[in-house]
Amino acid sequence: MTDLFSKFDDVIALRQGLLDSGHTDPFGLVMERVESPTVAICNGKRTILLGTYNYMGMTFDPEVVAAGKQALDEYGSGTTGSRVLNGTYAGHKAVEEALKDFYAMDHAMVFSTGYQANLGVISTMAGKDDYIILDIDSHASIYDGCALGNAQIVPFRHNDVEALDKRLKRLPPEAGKLVVLEGVYSMLGDIAPLKEMIAVSKAAGAMVLVDEAHSMGFIGEHGRGVAEAQGVIDDVDFIIGTFSKSVGTVGGFCVSNHPKFEILRLVCRPYVFTASLPPSVVATAATSIRKLMDSADKRAHLWENSKRLHAGLRQLGFQLGTDEPQSAIIAVIMPDLETGAAMWEALLNEGLYVNLARPPATPAGMTLLRCSLCALHTSEQVGEILGMFAAAGRATNCIS
Amino acid sequence: MSDRQQTSAKVADLIAPFNKKGVAVTEATRFAQDLEWDSLTVLDFVATVEDEFEVIITMNMQAEIETVGQLVDALGRLTA
Repeated sequence: MTDLFSKFDDVIALRQGLLDSGHTDPFGLVMERVESPTVAICNGKRTILLGTYNYMGMTFDPEVVAAGKQALDEYGSGTTGSRVLNGTYAGHKAVEEALKDFYAMDHAMVFSTGYQANLGVISTMAGKDDYIILDIDSHASIYDGCALGNAQIVPFRHNDVEALDKRLKRLPPEAGKLVVLEGVYSMLGDIAPLKEMIAVSKAAGAMVLVDEAHSMGFIGEHGRGVAEAQGVIDDVDFIIGTFSKSVGTVGGFCVSNHPKFEILRLVCRPYVFTASLPPSVVATAATSIRKLMDSADKRAHLWENSKRLHAGLRQLGFQLGTDEPQSAIIAVIMPDLETGAAMWEALLNEGLYVNLARPPATPAGMTLLRCSLCALHTSEQVGEILGMFAAAGRATNCIS
Repeated sequence: MSDRQQTSAKVADLIAPFNKKGVAVTEATRFAQDLEWDSLTVLDFVATVEDEFEVIITMNMQAEIETVGQLVDALGRLTA
């Protein structure tokens, strides 16, 4: 008899090796209490959070929390139903209205997670004889959306406009084409040259989907993302986003100006065959999204934090994922998993939580300590963070 | 040289820089098992082959290509 688990033996061995070397399990951290968007208690110790996607610090906003409590009281704990049956409440329509206002777009469709939004839109939009052309560093949810559908999948080198252009020109001119891009790539925190990529995509007659999960609320004048910042948001056919980052709860969405967009509610399986978000979640999301529209000061402070952390880490001698800070994510490149785990643990002991990221999630087999900043990190906290990196880096011989 | 031989020789040239383990390559060599390429190396190699032959090898087609010989056959069909 074959044990179906034997296919995971390599991963089991890798994990065991890491634990046997005496390190704390980097994938088993528990936050015992959460005090604010930037501080939690981990292993009984006050820990600064530098590895959440709480970019705009909305999770403890009093108005957001109050909206959730009120919805719990008025609508109960859950919908127990699909959006197309009994799962659409006033709150679901309200959050879709908030999204339409936020993006200034005609249509918005809310999914239960961002993962499902990509899964649903990508697998439904591109059919058997259509082509999906995607960046090879795309998020797992984009690849899984491709796998769920049956289109022809054409990857191209990360952020390489010429590679995209060449591939588009080799495809049959009459074939349906969906180009899938991300505004911010979450592993290295680098942004895409959307202006150039969208131009070559449109010239080839392709529709364009941009996942702006890691830019919403922060990048662009109105926080609409990298496409807004580069002045090409009107040429994007679908923007995919999430409530689990800047919005500060959970859920996913797609916004679009396409006149036939609403039909997706009937034909998109990851939208139809799952329960809708609980009323408290959509109420917190709607309140948060409306507040994010007027958050220019917070956006400015987050950029300051990002620039200061990037410059400070570089000055300490760390190798970073980008030459310039391009987003709220700053990736510190580690020489190997062992050193990465040691550095991660040393930082945790200092009182700082960052993400340890490793293959296959990372590009080119890299081990990364991924830092994501929050608009509510104070200048003092950024100073504290740099001090912790200096101490942990010297203790683990990552820097001299 | 026949067209197939030429394609085969060109593929061998393109494999060389990716063949870090110095594995002896024949048409029966398997990319994943014998060359021990991970998925990212495969993507990088495929992009190189695509640009050299000016074709598209979709991920759907890649799933059917396990050996060097199968790649040479597929290129023969794509460039026909």
